[in-house]
Amino acid sequence: MQRQNSILRNLDWVATILYILLVIMGWFNIYAAVYSDDHRNILDFSQRYGKQLVWIFFAFIMAFIILNTNDRIYPAFAYIFYGVVLLSLISTLLFGRVVNASKSWIPIGSFGIQPAEFAKITTSLALAKLMSSYGFKLSGFWSYVKVAIIVGLPVGIILLQNDMGSALVFGALVLVLYREGLPGWILAYMFFLVLVFILTLMYSTSVLIAFIFAVAIMLLVIYTRHYRDAFRVTLGTLGIGLLLFVASELFHLKLSVEIIFLIPVIIAVFIGFAYAYRKRLKQVYAISFFLIATLGFSMSADYVFERVLDVHHQKRINNLLGIEDDPLGWGYNVNQSKIAIGSGGFWGKGYLSGTQTKYNFVPEQSTDFIFCTVGEEWGFVGSAVVVSLIAIFLLRLLKIAERQTEHFARIYGYSVVSILFFHAAVNIGMTIGLVPVIGIPLPFFSYGGSSLWAFTILVFILLRFDASRYGSY
Amino acid sequence: MVLRAESNRKVVVSVIIILVFAVIISKLFYIQVVNSSYKFSAANNVLRYVTQYPARGLILDRHGTPVVTNKPVFDILMVKNQVKPFDTVEFATMLGLTVEQVSDAFVQASKQKGYSPRKAVVLLNQISAENFSRFQEVMYKYSGFEVQPRTVRSYNRPIAAHLLGYIGEVDERDIKNAPYYQQGDYIGISGIERSYEHVLRGKKGVKIFMVDVYNRIKGLYEKGKFDTIATPGKNITSTIDIKLQEYGERLMQNKIGSIVAIEPQTGEVLAMISSPTYDPSLLVGRQRAVNFKALQQDSLKPIFNRSIMALYPPGSTFKVVNALIGLQEGVVTPETRYSCDGGYHIGRGVACHSHPSPTNLIQSIQVSCNTYYCHVFRNIIDKREFGSVEKGFTVWKKHVESFGFGSKLGIDLPHELKGIVPSVSFYDKYFRKGGWNSLTIISLAIGQGELAVTPLQMANLAAIIANKGYYLTPHVVKAIEGESITPDYHQKHFTSIDSVYFRYIIEGMDLAVNGVPGSGSTARIAALPDIRICGKTGTAQNPHGKDHSVFFAFAPKDDPKIAIAVYVENAGFGATWAAPTASLMIEKYLKDSISRPDLERYILDANLLDRHAKAK
Ligand SMILES: [Zn+2]
Repeated sequence: MQRQNSILRNLDWVATILYILLVIMGWFNIYAAVYSDDHRNILDFSQRYGKQLVWIFFAFIMAFIILNTNDRIYPAFAYIFYGVVLLSLISTLLFGRVVNASKSWIPIGSFGIQPAEFAKITTSLALAKLMSSYGFKLSGFWSYVKVAIIVGLPVGIILLQNDMGSALVFGALVLVLYREGLPGWILAYMFFLVLVFILTLMYSTSVLIAFIFAVAIMLLVIYTRHYRDAFRVTLGTLGIGLLLFVASELFHLKLSVEIIFLIPVIIAVFIGFAYAYRKRLKQVYAISFFLIATLGFSMSADYVFERVLDVHHQKRINNLLGIEDDPLGWGYNVNQSKIAIGSGGFWGKGYLSGTQTKYNFVPEQSTDFIFCTVGEEWGFVGSAVVVSLIAIFLLRLLKIAERQTEHFARIYGYSVVSILFFHAAVNIGMTIGLVPVIGIPLPFFSYGGSSLWAFTILVFILLRFDASRYGSY
Repeated sequence: MVLRAESNRKVVVSVIIILVFAVIISKLFYIQVVNSSYKFSAANNVLRYVTQYPARGLILDRHGTPVVTNKPVFDILMVKNQVKPFDTVEFATMLGLTVEQVSDAFVQASKQKGYSPRKAVVLLNQISAENFSRFQEVMYKYSGFEVQPRTVRSYNRPIAAHLLGYIGEVDERDIKNAPYYQQGDYIGISGIERSYEHVLRGKKGVKIFMVDVYNRIKGLYEKGKFDTIATPGKNITSTIDIKLQEYGERLMQNKIGSIVAIEPQTGEVLAMISSPTYDPSLLVGRQRAVNFKALQQDSLKPIFNRSIMALYPPGSTFKVVNALIGLQEGVVTPETRYSCDGGYHIGRGVACHSHPSPTNLIQSIQVSCNTYYCHVFRNIIDKREFGSVEKGFTVWKKHVESFGFGSKLGIDLPHELKGIVPSVSFYDKYFRKGGWNSLTIISLAIGQGELAVTPLQMANLAAIIANKGYYLTPHVVKAIEGESITPDYHQKHFTSIDSVYFRYIIEGMDLAVNGVPGSGSTARIAALPDIRICGKTGTAQNPHGKDHSVFFAFAPKDDPKIAIAVYVENAGFGATWAAPTASLMIEKYLKDSISRPDLERYILDANLLDRHAKAK
């Protein structure tokens, strides 16, 4: 009894209330998305809002159980949890929906647990376990290999299940690594590569080569301040390019534009290495390396896009970048969702008065595109409130993570923040056309038991750690 | 120092989070407040998506004659909330329907998936142009109804139903498999309509209208910026000769079976008849469901495409395959002679009919001697070099499979069957391991036993012999919108038999049709004075009733233009029905006229359906 009192007393009520608020708002939006004149009873369990109500109820029970469970089990059993979920991922891969056995303990409706959702929790725990283990430091090759294995295993299996969206979520864990010592330039470089990837798909190879070269020269100027040498390199490279072009025209060599762009840049890289060696300039090494690595990435990105990605991913990405315009095809979702949100205007159309979302124009409107209902019925005001609430919730969780004295709890906390952040930003981003359509749910809002439960467990394990940080049991 | 670095990192993460959400809020502000293109909504307006259905591609015959075309029909849509009480009797009569049909349609409409009383849903589909034009004049009287023009298939002649196939509304599985489809779309379900669906269907377009709460159209949304135009489907040129197809269907009326004719040099299917057949226009229009059910319940299975889905024993026609394998394996030569005294008497024994004896290889085909092939078959299986029955059988099976038996030939039509060529493991299970030998499976010598082939595979065998050793994958489409089809169909598939051996078979098949009277030729009824036909009869034993009559042939001998196989179920000897039918088809194709009206009458008038009834 006393233990429970202390847990409740030390529980972070700001985060808890924000959580409850978000879940309730989510439910009202699912009700609105499914609402029609024909069925209004909120306890109609054949409808999605009825089922969601049941799932919310169970989520609250789970939260309660977690708060009343000793938090020592997480560091103790982190790898075991991780292994169990990994096995169930493999079994779903091999045997399809075998895991539907969960039907026996959830008596309502048809329901299938998606292990991918729970892999987020166990991977976070395992990562925390690894990185908080005695003597572990995020430096050196082997430490990164270990991290890569912990994260890579579930990602690999999820990719084999063709669930690109869920796999990408794990990419967000780079924020955890950053907090624990990953050099800042790697984070910056990763953002840069994402940019290069998008540009690769939008512009021709030659434009990309010119762009990457320009960035390299800029870095050279900023870091070495050898203005004259930078100027010479630029001029020389342009000169070689021009020479190649003239030669190609004169002797009918039929060199492609890419080659005329690429050869001078590669020569510049070699000159860069020689220059760096003679003058013993580390930065020039780094920049030359940056140039060649980014070029390589850009070329292979093109290849990956054409050969590795599914057609529907290609189309979604292309569509986002405005390369294909196809309102009834894959772009249809985003177009509809933008129209629905945009039509909400400043004040919105009022609760249950949305028209775009009501008429099934927006597909998946109670799952991945639930934010459309928010945008249409509650307008800019409502959307901004929801987005802000999620942001405040994340910042609060960040604060909680940061105040943990245990390494394990802090690292886990950062994982929670990163995963929720990725889900929220990408989900809302896709409904308003900021990022490609990848099917991942909006935490606490999207219809679905698996995701709601996974997010609840994710958050409440952190809150449980936080509640006992002043004295462990 | 360390502390500072850590708190910096915490700040960086917070800044990233805040920045990203700031970008999201800015974008929200942009599309919800700044950008006017999404704010058409002052009076709670709704966008309406009107799908623009493209016309489906036409199907032409090999000479460019249209076989399948389109005709306009009209779907009547309703918005339930706007329907006011009206005169149902007039409404129904104008549309050419009964009052019951109309009230039933109202009940059905409200049951469909995604139904909403505020949304336009299809009430009645495929109203013919005549009925609709009558209704159109009084349509203003009925509020809440709209019209959507569509096109459906139209057939100039009631032929080639199996080959052309039919279209129908997509079901949920289709929609799930290909997001292109939406409820109410049509899709090819069988035949060419199905295998060339992606070519024929074209691409839908969409017009986006703004409508007010009373569903009145206020104009195009954003001046049609988001609209797309429908692209019509591509026209397909089939390989079928429509005259030959029609003639074949006439010859096969009142009979059960199949004819397949192929152009040997190209693999193009010239005619593909499955009898009984049905009028393809039965599966178009409002009566489709009723007609389909009736066809489905017909005991003669008219929907079933026998040419590629019926499995028959090849019968004696298969002797030519065993002869070729024997020659290739060197266990028989053209001069090898065996005498026949009315049967093969070792083991269970195989009976033969009376014919001149002994025969060499060529004569054995001419007279179709069973005894001869029991020797040949056993020579192959028990060839000393193989060492065991299993090995010998495996070699034999490999040769047989190189003719395309036991696997799909890959014709561009759905639902083709593989046929059956038994395997060692099959016999090991059926008897027991080591419990069988060349005598146990002797029926294979004369094309009986565990063999099963489709009429298409049989016609392909005729093409292989005509080509002296290879075939091109049979196909029914020649060109798409003038562009020639995939190169896969231009590739020669060689059998495992050397081309030199085929001339003996051709000689034998020539004699079988054109031998002098009294020499024992089995198919003299198929002979034509001015076209040299090479053919082989067969009688496929049928455990359920009277034997099936089989004949396969090609012509002319020196420059084959047509290879053909004919199966007539429960018709007895190959020479009686199948051979004359094939002969008439060949004459029709090569000369476009018939020199033997009596023979033609004999076939046309024959009604063999009662035999089938007896067999049941
Ligand atoms: Zn004989």
